[in-house]
Amino acid sequence: MGELKQVRTDAEAALIAAWDRAPAQADWRKAAFARFAMAGLPHRRIESWHYTDLRGLLRTALPTRAPDSAAVEGARARLAALRIGAATRLVVLDGAFRPDLSDMDALPEGVAVQSLAAALVADDIVSLLAPKGLGDDDSIVALNAAMMQDGVVVRIAPGAVVERNIALVTLMSGGAPHAAFVRSLVDVGAGARARIVEIADSPVAEIQSHDALVLRVGEGAELEHVAHVGYEGAGAMQLHSLLATLQRDATFNSFCLVADGGLVRRQIFAHLDGERATLGLRGLSLLRGREHADTTLVVDHALPYGVSREFYRHILDGEATGVYQGQVCVRQHAQKTDGAMKSQALVLAEGAAMYNKPELEIFADDVVCGHGATVGQLDEDQIFYLQARGLPRAEAEALLLEAFANEAIDFVTDETLRDIFAQEAREWLARRVAERRP
Amino acid sequence: MLEIRNLAVKLADEDKQIINGLSLTVKNGEVAAIMGPNGSGKSTLSYVVSGKEDYEVTGGDILIDGESVLEMDATERANNGLFLAFQYPIEIPGVATMTFLKAALNAQARARGEKELQTPEFMKRVREAAKKLGIDQDMLKRPLNVGFSGGEKKRMEILQMALLQPKLAILDETDSGLDIDALRIVADGVNALRAPDRAILVITHYQRLLDYIKPDTVHVMARGRIVKTGGPELALELEKHGYRDFVGEAA
Ligand SMILES: Nc1ncnc2c1ncn2[C@@H]1O[C@H](COP(=O)(O)OP(=O)(O)OP(=O)(O)O)[C@@H](O)[C@H]1O
Ligand SMILES: [Mg+2]
Repeated sequence: MGELKQVRTDAEAALIAAWDRAPAQADWRKAAFARFAMAGLPHRRIESWHYTDLRGLLRTALPTRAPDSAAVEGARARLAALRIGAATRLVVLDGAFRPDLSDMDALPEGVAVQSLAAALVADDIVSLLAPKGLGDDDSIVALNAAMMQDGVVVRIAPGAVVERNIALVTLMSGGAPHAAFVRSLVDVGAGARARIVEIADSPVAEIQSHDALVLRVGEGAELEHVAHVGYEGAGAMQLHSLLATLQRDATFNSFCLVADGGLVRRQIFAHLDGERATLGLRGLSLLRGREHADTTLVVDHALPYGVSREFYRHILDGEATGVYQGQVCVRQHAQKTDGAMKSQALVLAEGAAMYNKPELEIFADDVVCGHGATVGQLDEDQIFYLQARGLPRAEAEALLLEAFANEAIDFVTDETLRDIFAQEAREWLARRVAERRP
Repeated sequence: MLEIRNLAVKLADEDKQIINGLSLTVKNGEVAAIMGPNGSGKSTLSYVVSGKEDYEVTGGDILIDGESVLEMDATERANNGLFLAFQYPIEIPGVATMTFLKAALNAQARARGEKELQTPEFMKRVREAAKKLGIDQDMLKRPLNVGFSGGEKKRMEILQMALLQPKLAILDETDSGLDIDALRIVADGVNALRAPDRAILVITHYQRLLDYIKPDTVHVMARGRIVKTGGPELALELEKHGYRDFVGEAA
């Protein structure tokens, strides 16, 4: 067999060169890097990336950067302005965990926090940070493992009931365009209960954020995850992987709002690895301009009596592209699995497009699983009814869109966060009304 | 006042003529009734007057208070004082009835350059009007018309009419699906609106409603036009003999 010569794109070459300059890494990071170097950036012939051709979309790989003191002060100011409600904030700035910006002296009882860099010296951390079977063959998950600069490791003690929200805040500093690679871990002990809020913010439009969040929800534990993904700005890119393992009787609910943010790929790999685990993955994406947001789920029911719910809504305007791929696999042993998946999209402009790909793979015979996917426009009869009561058309549309958005946001159980998201959706829609006013 | 002159209407995206040379006048202070067989074009007429875009006016004119409304969209017509009580009120999931009512009242106030109602005053008005119509307060919190019974939807239309106080009201079969008590309540609602500066057009299949709302005039519509006009006695006659005689005349 002749030698295979791979053609590298500029971005791929830069990423590979960056690895060469990095200090020696643990074996698994080397292995992860080898996987990335072999596969390169995902492209449309990789089935799970078919609608997000990253190889074509990512022209240059930006360098990482350490923030100077002015950047730290800037971050402090932006932190104060973030809308996340009351929370214990754990802050990552330009790829590094910043205890000085975090609420380290006010950690709730039963919550232990350290930086990923500090946690990496322990031997047993790898199985936690890279759970087997979750995103193993995804080259972006591999790239993150190889390149990760730092992150936060949060451990919640067994039985702890954490009332105060824990916020993972990922900040990028201003100045020249740059990238960051972050991997964080939240390990929820048996019977514990907590809520994690995730939010990203940057003052510059052009950034590349490579994020992975690894979650382990212990036996009988309950974790809610509420995320606001996407940096503002047409030149922003965020690749976000969520790797979640649910043990027996665990409950994990995740809601994600995607509003603004040039290119967003959000992938969730969830493994129901114990009996009677309950998983809820839900989200709302509000996209306009030339934004592109891809939500791709891989849910793996390995054991019996699992419950999973997926519910995603998109509103697409301008020339935006929405992608929803939901793959639910029910293994032979996972009898009595109860799964329901729904994806609904409203396409408001001719230039916008939605790609829906729900997939069920069922190997067990005694299960109840279903899925539905719809793509449509606003209902003209509803608009006419509202107009016949005096509402201008744009306002009638906004009212209907807000209702559509709120039915998704209602899955957020925290009232403050729900109100914040509802307000964001309202602002997004108000901009739309304003732009269309003559 | 509503004046329809020799109106011709077809479906917007099909060559199907539904209204052919229809003329009708409802003066201020007048309550007029339209009766006519299924499919004769009554609802279509009400939609066209209200500005629904599924239909195309191919001839004639519609005037409200002497001004042609053909160039106005549905919003503008509503804000000029037109109200249509729908034969089939539309369900709006996710929009609480109260929110909707407030949006409608505020939109109309704004369009007329009036001040928006303060929330307490608005709530008070809605509660009072709802009570008169036997509408449960809990219903106001539910999404508009979603899961409402047929009769509840009709009452909700009348509630909106009572709050918006239109100059010209068209009620399309508001009596269908109502129990006897509700019929009386709805009729009271319409009668309360009767005023020298208002015109009301009631579309119905049943003489019974007209016992409660005494119309000044009764029109028979068939095959897209008015084929006979008379007083309240015409409704009684129809009740006895059906449309047979009139359908023929239209041809
Ligand atoms: N959007 C439409 N598409 C196709 N046909 C239509 C449409 N609107 C009305 N029609 C047709 O036009 C005719 C008149 O309908 P319309 O609903 O106006 O009748 P109506 O007099 O209100 O009847 P009913 O007493 O049953 O309510 C019917 O034959 C109907 O099928
Ligand atoms: Mg009708």
